[in-house]
Amino acid sequence: MFLEVNELTVDFHTEDGVVHAVDRLSFQVEQGTTLGIVGESGSGKSVTNLAVLGLHNPETAKISGSITFDGQELIGASRSTMERLRGDRIAMIFQDPLTSLSPFHTIGAQIAEVYRKHRGVSRSSARDRAIEMLDRVGIPQPKVRVDDYPHQFSGGMRQRAMIAMALVCDPGLLIADEPTTALDVTVQAQILDLLSELQEQSGTAIVLITHDLGVVANTAHDVLVMYAGRAVERGTMHEVLREPRHPYTWGLLGSMPSLRRPVDLPLEPVRGTPPSLINLPSGCPFHPRCDYMKLLGKEVCAGDRPELAPEHGHGDACYLTLKQKAEQRRRPVEETK
Amino acid sequence: MLRFLTRRVIGAAVILVIISGVTFFLFFVIPADPARLACGKVCPPETLAQARHNLGLDQPVVVQFVSWLGGIFFGRNYEGLGTCPAPCLGYSFVNRAPVFETIIDRLPVTIALTIGASVIFLTFGVATGILAALRQGKPLDKIASISSLVGASMQIYFVGTLAMYFFVYQAHIFPQPKYIPITQDPLGWFGGLLLPWIVLAIIFTANYTRMTRSTMVENLAEDYVRTARAKGMSGRSVVLRFALRGTLTPIITIFGVDLGQLIGGAIITETTFGLQGIGRLSVRAVDNSDLPTLMATVLVAAGAIVVMNIVVDALYAVIDPRVRLS
Repeated sequence: MFLEVNELTVDFHTEDGVVHAVDRLSFQVEQGTTLGIVGESGSGKSVTNLAVLGLHNPETAKISGSITFDGQELIGASRSTMERLRGDRIAMIFQDPLTSLSPFHTIGAQIAEVYRKHRGVSRSSARDRAIEMLDRVGIPQPKVRVDDYPHQFSGGMRQRAMIAMALVCDPGLLIADEPTTALDVTVQAQILDLLSELQEQSGTAIVLITHDLGVVANTAHDVLVMYAGRAVERGTMHEVLREPRHPYTWGLLGSMPSLRRPVDLPLEPVRGTPPSLINLPSGCPFHPRCDYMKLLGKEVCAGDRPELAPEHGHGDACYLTLKQKAEQRRRPVEETK
Repeated sequence: MLRFLTRRVIGAAVILVIISGVTFFLFFVIPADPARLACGKVCPPETLAQARHNLGLDQPVVVQFVSWLGGIFFGRNYEGLGTCPAPCLGYSFVNRAPVFETIIDRLPVTIALTIGASVIFLTFGVATGILAALRQGKPLDKIASISSLVGASMQIYFVGTLAMYFFVYQAHIFPQPKYIPITQDPLGWFGGLLLPWIVLAIIFTANYTRMTRSTMVENLAEDYVRTARAKGMSGRSVVLRFALRGTLTPIITIFGVDLGQLIGGAIITETTFGLQGIGRLSVRAVDNSDLPTLMATVLVAAGAIVVMNIVVDALYAVIDPRVRLS
């Protein structure tokens, strides 16, 4: 497996207590595929991926478990090892391309420096490479725009430039952290198409972090649903979106507007708010918000924590049996209340 | 850039004329008679009247101000005293010399003092600020915070006098502070100014340490700094090329003000160390009701601030490309 995360746990020690940002999370990504990680804000999506790159402050973040990339263990790897991997074999793009690009350096310089750092080429060939990359991601007049500053680019072009910067060294793995959240809907689709297109050309594995199931439906092969730092459901995109098993996934899907949905049917937001990561509920972390707890009883849901089945394939972390789930899903939402 | 500079230089000239005007008119509120000083100790009324006439003091204040302004560009002719070639800032009755000559004589002292001290406080202030920001909450950070608090609350006349006593008179580590032109004796120039530089720097470093630390802490949390790390940039390059860049703007801002003020006259420092710079000169001018000299020192001080402001604004555009468009 190309990227394998096993029992990853990330805790932050703060003055208020220990924040359990990620709790025994496991997932895999194969070469050339896209894994969509879905969840609300604070569900641990970004924390997980910053851990893959080793970007957490070692003094505040306590990381355990294992992350292997192409056979190499990343947790506990030396700083120089991580610096060599970052930007070269594992690259990352961020949510807001305006703040994520340095306002003080030209787009071209920011792309070229990654190439120079990892390939040790001359200034001029790195610049040529930057122009080539800008062309590849669809920036018009790349020879001119290479000397522009980020504030001279539009939002969509900035994200294209970010992608060019991330892919300049042909990384094996690209982590895209909400790459379209800060963009217009029309631009969103362009960026996602661009990512898929580049993936086909280069066979890069992508981890796509998003809270938007629409984005997942467009691009991901596999999906991991996270809640309160834990994986609650995992499967292929079709499995998770067509036959969702976990009540939280149901909630996410129910709260999503869709053109196929009857217009008079109200959106069903997941009630309540995500739990504090300092003081997590016992058992299933979702149980205080779950409409289906009464089928099992609080003792079950708040008892031992339900685990995501360790084997591969479609799985979820919930005590409801598949039969119960199938029954619940067939019923209109109102009847379950 | 050229348009910006032209506009700013014109604006600066206007400001300087206004400042000179205000100073000029304020001087006439003070009950002192420059003619009496020019006249000498034994001064019969006719001589006083003559002196008053020669100095143009019998004319309306506005006319005097205009002649003073005109002198800067065209020079002036003082009856009975001689000519004062352009740029004429007036003729000092006290020093019996054109003021411009005195200013040119004193300015190198103040500039040498300012530049030397700036190099020290800028280097140390920014460096300790960066280190403190990188080691937040660690002993080094705490030492830096405490020492900058102590430094900021110190006064030159206190630190300077102590330093003079211990390092010059007792331990003989430093030579007696004095100004020797660098062209004459570079080593003597350096030695003579070293103690004033250090003392001045102790007071100023604190400000830079605190400013650098706080902006650096903010900048290290910026998204683009995280991006730089995600690109595999080394720790040093992340700090120096990315985080520090955003810290430069506030540093340049306070540095411009400090530099302008110091050139305008480090009055207390110059007095403490007995250096004959612009600061000392202005104090003497006030004591002696020496209007031309006073006017000139005010002009130098105001000019330094105004020029530094223009330089700082121009530097903003160099540091931050976003400023160039707006």
